[in-house]
Amino acid sequence: MTSSNPTAAAADALVLQDGPQPYRGPSDDAPIAIEVRNVSKTFRIPEHRVDTLKERVVNPLSRPAYRELRALQDVSFDVRRGEFFGIVGRNGSGKSTLLKVLASIYRPNSGRVRMAGRMAPFIELGVGFNPELTARENIVLNGVLFGLSRRQASTMIDAVLDFAELRDFIDLKIKNYSSGMMVRLAFAIMVQADADIMLIDEVLAVGDASFGQKCMDIFYQRRAAGKTIVLVTHDMATVQAMCHRAVLLHDGEMRYQGDAEKAASKYLQLNFSGADAEVIDPTAPPPDETDATAELNARLLHARLLGDDGESISTLEQGTPLVLDAAIEAARELNEPILLFYVRNADGVVVFAVSRKLEQLVAPGERIRLAGTIENRLVPGSYQLECWIGQYYASGAAGVQPMRLVKFVVYGTGGRQGLVTVEADLDPVVDPGLRS
Amino acid sequence: MSVEQQADLALRDVPGPSSLGGGWRRSWDLLYIIAVTSFKQTYFGTVLGYVWSLARPLALFAVMVTVFTKVLRLDTIPHYPVFLLMNIVLFGFFQEATGIAVTSVVAQEAVVRKTQFPRLVIPLAVVLTALFNLGLNLVVVLAFMLGFGVDPRWTWLLFPVLLVLLLVITIAFAMILSSLYPRFRDVAIIWQVVSTALFYATPIIYTADRIGGHETVRRILAINPISPIFELARKWIIESSAPGPAAASGGTLMLLAPAAIYVAICVFAVWVFHREAPLIAEKL
Repeated sequence: MTSSNPTAAAADALVLQDGPQPYRGPSDDAPIAIEVRNVSKTFRIPEHRVDTLKERVVNPLSRPAYRELRALQDVSFDVRRGEFFGIVGRNGSGKSTLLKVLASIYRPNSGRVRMAGRMAPFIELGVGFNPELTARENIVLNGVLFGLSRRQASTMIDAVLDFAELRDFIDLKIKNYSSGMMVRLAFAIMVQADADIMLIDEVLAVGDASFGQKCMDIFYQRRAAGKTIVLVTHDMATVQAMCHRAVLLHDGEMRYQGDAEKAASKYLQLNFSGADAEVIDPTAPPPDETDATAELNARLLHARLLGDDGESISTLEQGTPLVLDAAIEAARELNEPILLFYVRNADGVVVFAVSRKLEQLVAPGERIRLAGTIENRLVPGSYQLECWIGQYYASGAAGVQPMRLVKFVVYGTGGRQGLVTVEADLDPVVDPGLRS
Repeated sequence: MSVEQQADLALRDVPGPSSLGGGWRRSWDLLYIIAVTSFKQTYFGTVLGYVWSLARPLALFAVMVTVFTKVLRLDTIPHYPVFLLMNIVLFGFFQEATGIAVTSVVAQEAVVRKTQFPRLVIPLAVVLTALFNLGLNLVVVLAFMLGFGVDPRWTWLLFPVLLVLLLVITIAFAMILSSLYPRFRDVAIIWQVVSTALFYATPIIYTADRIGGHETVRRILAINPISPIFELARKWIIESSAPGPAAASGGTLMLLAPAAIYVAICVFAVWVFHREAPLIAEKL
């Protein structure tokens, strides 16, 4: 771990000028692309679902009992053209409902939404694919679904097939596609449909790690091209890395609107304060847990795992060491920060932890490079590597921030029992002496 | 292009989900693509695609011709086989379109819940696909007619009027059924029974003038909004001397009843669909 060496870290901080720069976003006088005013949405959830006419006829007087779920309450915000805008909140905070209101899938009970330009929702990849049709026909169908005319949709067929590298399979029915090919096709259509406003649910970016990375690359490109992107997520690393501004939803109410960093930090506070805690980790880092609070200590600049040839990888063979290359930028003054690396498996279990202390003062804006190799004894499966950045204050209190660095998959033919494989010098032999 | 782009980028109200969300143009494109592709699927997927789809009405026709001309001796109706075939094909269109439309919106759950999809397009596409089928079947009917010696007449040119009348009521039923089904799942079963009853309550296998003294049956026929369509079809296409719908229901004034019911069904269809459309995504 080079980060354990203060001088090396300082030297690295000077070298790291070519990483992605923090995004400044469009200027304040950029035209408004999405205007949301006082939007409320209430769902009526029947206590006992009356599904048939018969039940209505048999019990005409028993009005079905409804429970009101206030999914959104009086939400207002603006998104400017060219902005990468985050909608953040926990599960059930109303963020997906808000996305569906923006996408014209739900009608708000009150309030108004206005939009400038063609909007394409990406709530799930490949929605509207007809498995019985060929790729060519599905491209047109999907293009029209995204608001293109039939002619425009037909002209993008070539571009989509090239992007997806599926030219050889143009007349193959979608039902015969592998799931990977299907995802490539859906993604290519999404990119080529080139809407002015893209509404994206985080489900797109999760799943296969390399695909998630490709999504992110595309989002960067769209952002650079001045398209407006609204991303719904509860992954604060993404918000910090990509979004210019964000709204924070909590129980259907808008708790914060503005700077993405602050939204992320408030999100962490909401989730780490008291009984509300949802993502609190039983193995949370600071030894004196009682005084640990969530705070925004650093921003993730980039994180990746490297293969033998120095290329970034998302899968590695069992036994191959993890070669980490990541950098973070201090968001506040950090005094001798503690960096805790966790490797968590698909069940959320921490398989192992590595901790490092950086014995120096890091000024705000200074970069810390996290690079080095970590022994890999993991059994095949999918994992994520997290870095919890914390510091102690003179008062004895601690501030800590969790950050996801990378997701990766370990493959191999070794046993999947347990969490790790170990070396063992254990040779059973038959001992003849015992019988005689 | 730049002017268009500027206009495009003005702030506009997001209408929310509706029958024709996303504009007429987009709805029409979607309707066209979906109807054409599902039609192609039926006919170009298998070698015998078209043969199979024609086999059903033809088999039904063969059975009925045998039963009614050989067993029940209804063949005193002039050109009975052609009359029967035409009626079966026309009613088959109505039954196929409405039958598939019932579950159509629920079957398209993914697009309804995950994209901004104009709801009305779903039942309309079902009806349009059935209309393509009808077009093909009518060619066969025409061949039979000429083969059985029905003489072409100028009133054949009025056939599109009948087709429009039938199409409109079919669309109305498709809208009502598809919008109510997400709420009341037993609509599908009820409709199976009702559409079968409607088959016998419409002059398809018999003619209105053969009912004789059955007053109840006559009254049912008199208010059935699709009966006049079949009576007109018989008069205009097969036998000009046949009594028209007015004579069959006992006077032109009596036609006001089915006409009023026809209009009422259409108005109800538009009302109920527009009321349900914005909520379908939540009800699924």
